[in-house]
Amino acid sequence: MRHLLSAADLDTAGAVTVLDVAEQMAATQQREMKKLPTLRGRTVVNLFYEDSTRTRISFEAAAKRLSADVINFSAKGSSVSKGESLKDTALTLEAMGADAVVVRHPASGAPHRLAHAGWIRGAVVNAGDGMHEHPTQALLDAFTLRRRLRDGAPGEDLKGLRVAVVGDVLHSRVARSNVLLLERLGADVVLVAPPTLLPVGVETWPCETSYDLEAVLRGEHGDLDAVMMLRVQAERMNAAYFPSAREYSRRYGLDARRLSLLPPHAVVMHPGPMNRGLEISADAADSARSTVVEQVANGVAVRMAVLYLLLSGAPDEGIHS
Amino acid sequence: MTYLLRGVRPLGGPARDVLLEGGRIADVGDRLDAAGAEVVDGDGLVALPGLVDLHTHLREPGREDAETVESGSRAAALGGFTAVHAMANTDPVADTAGVVEQVWRLGRRAGLVEVRPVGAVTVGLRGERLAELGAMADSAAAVRVFSDDGRCVDDAVLMRRALEYVKAFDGVVAQHAQEPRLTEGAQMHEGDTSAVLGLVGWPAAAEEAVVARDVLLAGHVGSRLHVCHVSTAGSVEILRWAKARGVRVTAEVTPHHLLLTDDEVRSYDPVYKVNPPLRTAADVEALRAALADGTIDAVATDHAPHAVEDKDCEWGAAAMGMTGLETALSVVQAAMVDTGLLDWAGVAERMSAAPAAIGRVPGQGGPLEPGRPANLVLVDPAARRVVDPYALATQGRNSPYRGRELPGRVVATFFRGRPTVLDGVLTEAPVHDLAEVGA
Repeated sequence: MRHLLSAADLDTAGAVTVLDVAEQMAATQQREMKKLPTLRGRTVVNLFYEDSTRTRISFEAAAKRLSADVINFSAKGSSVSKGESLKDTALTLEAMGADAVVVRHPASGAPHRLAHAGWIRGAVVNAGDGMHEHPTQALLDAFTLRRRLRDGAPGEDLKGLRVAVVGDVLHSRVARSNVLLLERLGADVVLVAPPTLLPVGVETWPCETSYDLEAVLRGEHGDLDAVMMLRVQAERMNAAYFPSAREYSRRYGLDARRLSLLPPHAVVMHPGPMNRGLEISADAADSARSTVVEQVANGVAVRMAVLYLLLSGAPDEGIHS
Repeated sequence: MTYLLRGVRPLGGPARDVLLEGGRIADVGDRLDAAGAEVVDGDGLVALPGLVDLHTHLREPGREDAETVESGSRAAALGGFTAVHAMANTDPVADTAGVVEQVWRLGRRAGLVEVRPVGAVTVGLRGERLAELGAMADSAAAVRVFSDDGRCVDDAVLMRRALEYVKAFDGVVAQHAQEPRLTEGAQMHEGDTSAVLGLVGWPAAAEEAVVARDVLLAGHVGSRLHVCHVSTAGSVEILRWAKARGVRVTAEVTPHHLLLTDDEVRSYDPVYKVNPPLRTAADVEALRAALADGTIDAVATDHAPHAVEDKDCEWGAAAMGMTGLETALSVVQAAMVDTGLLDWAGVAERMSAAPAAIGRVPGQGGPLEPGRPANLVLVDPAARRVVDPYALATQGRNSPYRGRELPGRVVATFFRGRPTVLDGVLTEAPVHDLAEVGA
């Protein structure tokens, strides 16, 4: 694996490998001494063009627990409007000897550009680009599903699981990466959103779609094993994606009553940060089914696995880029 | 100076000798003899009337770092053009007689190609009130094509008035059809690919809605309408319908919309970012068919050079546009001639005669007959070349054909009887007549 830009960079075996390695990493995190010497002397740069404390500290913790040197580089705004261009920043990082660049950028495709424009030699990890993808989020979601709903044993995939992804699919990089990765791992995905928040062209994606949350929760597309709620920005109503936050919440929010429609074993996921009272009620967010906090913890293990696989020269059977 | 073009094939027909004398075509025949004439060996070369571009961005005044009238004229000559229409979205905008005359004079000074300024429809391209269209028409630049290109004249009343007003001087409004609200923040064609790439989509309907409205308006007021860079199959259908009803509408397509699809965007390489966006393979097929059957009248380059830094960045931050003057004929050969959709006579019609007629450019567009001004281009259709943007004359490095092999090569271009290009390279002396320029 040279870069991780899209969940589509991983085939089934490659994705399972990441989850297996993440499981090993998670095991080391139970020890008193959490730090591994694996990436000693390697430099990981967190290049963040958007505020994202959660994702940045998750990557930072992952790199540090592998003994890598970590440089945090925050830049705001687009390259043209203010400050230095992406290219010049990349050249700077290259000159400083970055072995891996973890990039979060508001422009879809910026990590792709960073990886392929010839500006840097290091590995590029997409930590979320515009409306495109957020592959490590999908990996940690898959990891969480495997732990909760499978044994978490090495080599296991997610075959037969049914996952509903609910909310602003149109603008969601989390949804795009999850559709690709979960399908690759054998799970069935059904996207649930008002028609305005599904992209034109979604019919070519490897998943089902529905406009009716209650029907999906009741199992009309098959019994659910998980429901993943996406963050919805209330401002979207100003662009007529929906009439009001209240109407959105009534039609697509997950509350206690809707939660009760799910089979007993099904889990509730959210990539965070949550808008309590909009896409998810406090009851749902704080229920025993909720994996929200677990997802955060798993994020560190999954990102350790990704950095390890990219930088340690580990065998990469089944992983391509 | 007298030139004898020996054994060229006018419009791809049988070999003939063509004699150029005194800026005109003096004779076309077999085994012409002209003592003292400079002989150009035309064996295997197709002779076409000099190409006429309805849609060129020369960037001057304002963005001389991206292109100048001089550098753009060189690119045009090398591409086989003898006339180009310089778009109005300069800085300052070409919305007054003063600016269009300045551009026109710069073109005369460069002396490589006839530079015909396009006048803005509205002041500052702002779409609020009409620019002084009559003053631009009456100026030395004799503007006949008016366009807010880059922006759509989306106000229906303003568009109607512009269409009506330019009738007084036989002008035409060239519309950049893009419904602005439907394309806010748009980055690429809206469809399967944009859904995967997470780029804001640009629906085909945003173009088609404006084309439909404008053909209805043009029909209503009996005016000439020209539609810039048609990019969708739906627009083609509307144009076909309008022409069948007798609406005086003409349309152009760019070379890149005849060859490239939105699949290129998967690379996230901004060299493929352009307005209107690259569309689907089905659109490409419809555009080729429309150009072949005349529903689309002309090929226009939409040559849009940009400074390197405006493309050497992430997709979202990049400027829209591609260079095209020096690759247009090759791309048309690849998309239309080598596919059997158009013969060379058809190419002459679509790249010279039709655009000259739409732009009301006297002395351009052929035919290649005795007495006509000697504007012509010699092409070697058998040649092939790999495009290197750094080897082109345009200052813009943003050619989407970088590294691609394209058919055909412009061997010579004659502008008003004198060669601007010979053996595929620019000749030393510019063609302008200093007295004529008033220098």
